[in-house]
Amino acid sequence: MVSSSIDIVSFAYFDHSFTKRIADSVALEFNADVQLKEGHLDISDYYDAPRKQYKGNELLKSVEKSFSDETHKTIGLFNVDLFIPILTYIFGQAYLGGNTAIASAFRLSNARYGMKEDFELLLERMTKEVIHELGHTYGLIHCYTPGCVMASSTYVEDIDQKSTSFCSKCRGSVTQ
Amino acid sequence: MGKKKSILIVDDEQSVRDSLYNWFIEDGYNVERAENAKKALAILEADCYDIVLADVKMPGMDGLEMLKRIKFLREETIVIIMTAFASVDTAVQALKDGAFDYVTKPFDPDVLSHLIRNAVKQISLSDENKYLKERMGQLENVEDMIGQSEAMQKVLKEVANVAQSHSSVIITGESGSGKELIARAIHANSTRKFFPLVCVHCGALTESLLESEMFGHEKGAFTGAMYCRKGRFEMADGGSIFLDEIATISSKMQVELLRVLETKSFVRVGGNKEISSDFRVICATNRDLKQMVEKGTFREDLYYRLNVVNIHVPPLRERIEDIPLLVEYFISKYCASMNRPPVTIDDSALKRLQEFDFPGNIRELENMVERAIVVGNGKKIALKNLPIQQGIASSGTESLEDVEKQHIQQVLKHHSWNITRTAKALKVDRVTLYNKIKKYNLKQ
Repeated sequence: MVSSSIDIVSFAYFDHSFTKRIADSVALEFNADVQLKEGHLDISDYYDAPRKQYKGNELLKSVEKSFSDETHKTIGLFNVDLFIPILTYIFGQAYLGGNTAIASAFRLSNARYGMKEDFELLLERMTKEVIHELGHTYGLIHCYTPGCVMASSTYVEDIDQKSTSFCSKCRGSVTQ
Repeated sequence: MGKKKSILIVDDEQSVRDSLYNWFIEDGYNVERAENAKKALAILEADCYDIVLADVKMPGMDGLEMLKRIKFLREETIVIIMTAFASVDTAVQALKDGAFDYVTKPFDPDVLSHLIRNAVKQISLSDENKYLKERMGQLENVEDMIGQSEAMQKVLKEVANVAQSHSSVIITGESGSGKELIARAIHANSTRKFFPLVCVHCGALTESLLESEMFGHEKGAFTGAMYCRKGRFEMADGGSIFLDEIATISSKMQVELLRVLETKSFVRVGGNKEISSDFRVICATNRDLKQMVEKGTFREDLYYRLNVVNIHVPPLRERIEDIPLLVEYFISKYCASMNRPPVTIDDSALKRLQEFDFPGNIRELENMVERAIVVGNGKKIALKNLPIQQGIASSGTESLEDVEKQHIQQVLKHHSWNITRTAKALKVDRVTLYNKIKKYNLKQ
């Protein structure tokens, strides 16, 4: 294991049981010591008025600068609509082989798509997204093995198709 | 998954370059960035990139001008044009100049994934196509043309020499000696290999049928001509036409053929429009065309028009040293097609094959090997599996003198009338052999 310590830093209001269950899944998947923390950022600084969305690249940079170091991996949790200049939206992003990632629950909620809210489904989606982005920080690229959490997802439906676990090949790379 | 493709991102906005860079490296692509067209072209000159994602509006050279230059540098590079200011004119111009697609920024992650997937698919198909074309070029001469004998090596050398030209070729040789294979090899090794090789067996068609086959016909040209049909010359446009058994065509067809060869144009039966076609003629015959010209049964002018290059394929009995190789090839060919493990051949069976005259040449040998695999024990081809195990066929009613005459004649032919070798094979002295030749009035 390259790094056995992961910080999950929440920058939005999430129920403690929600983040706790995500942390447990992450600890299990990465066999790592996971710390739950709260972070404070004035996210209005990252708001893009014409697009009515938040700048993913800038948020990732700030989390890296203020909340991360080389001794462990850090992922920031948000609940805002993230974008990068070229794409209409993103669920999250990470520095490939780096130490920092971010993920947002904003587009993972059923209510966002006019359906009845489903807390368990939201938790499952967010867990997958967090493990996926952290996987990138361990150097993993998108995987074509059906069901692997590192499969590329561009829609929530894609996230629902995969599991919360790595395939054997990706797991092997993480534990190397 | 094959080798990951390489992508070059060209955009003057750093945030766009970085966003795309991060997106693609997570997909495992090899990614490079350039902030303007000049830098991008320098990168592309130094290295090959499979896909280029380029912005339209950039300071200096714009994306559309860069697209033209990229296509000039390397035609097969996939270029995807991105713009924040969608305009139909720009899109049409980009596609006309060879862009693979045109997208408006920002786009959905799914659109980007689809776009790149389609581009990668296109590259894979193009690579596969290139590979198959190369393989096609190697197919003919290597696998199907077997021969280490001096005679066959000479033929193969002639094939290699003649293939690169556009000259007409006449292939002569006995029936079954592999004339069509030589024609295919010439075509496959020529610059015309990506166009068709159209084969016409002149001997199998009547004069009127041959005419409509060769030149095609218009609808209603004759009873039963319900549709307009392209002729073989038209189908061979860009490629080669192989006229087998050319000696059998009628004098009327000889005139027609001569005219087509001279003008490379013809009129369909029942039509009046002149049609041009660019083809190379390869002919084959087992008859002596020169003799036919002397007798007046084949037109002299057509003979000289066709006989620019002559390749003579030696009969199998003149290259017996190739028989073991050919047998080995046919065994592997038929065992594979019959889904059987490879068999071997008995020494005595192979020796018998090398002694046999093979009037039907390679075709006869091939049939013999196929039959032997079918009737054999599945492990080894024995002498008893060959239809020639008894040696020279005998009806059982000939006199001793008849059998002796026939046998001497056979052995003489086998040794190309070399008296010393024949006498040795027959285990008699040379004088005895001369006496026998005189007695039975044997002639070469």
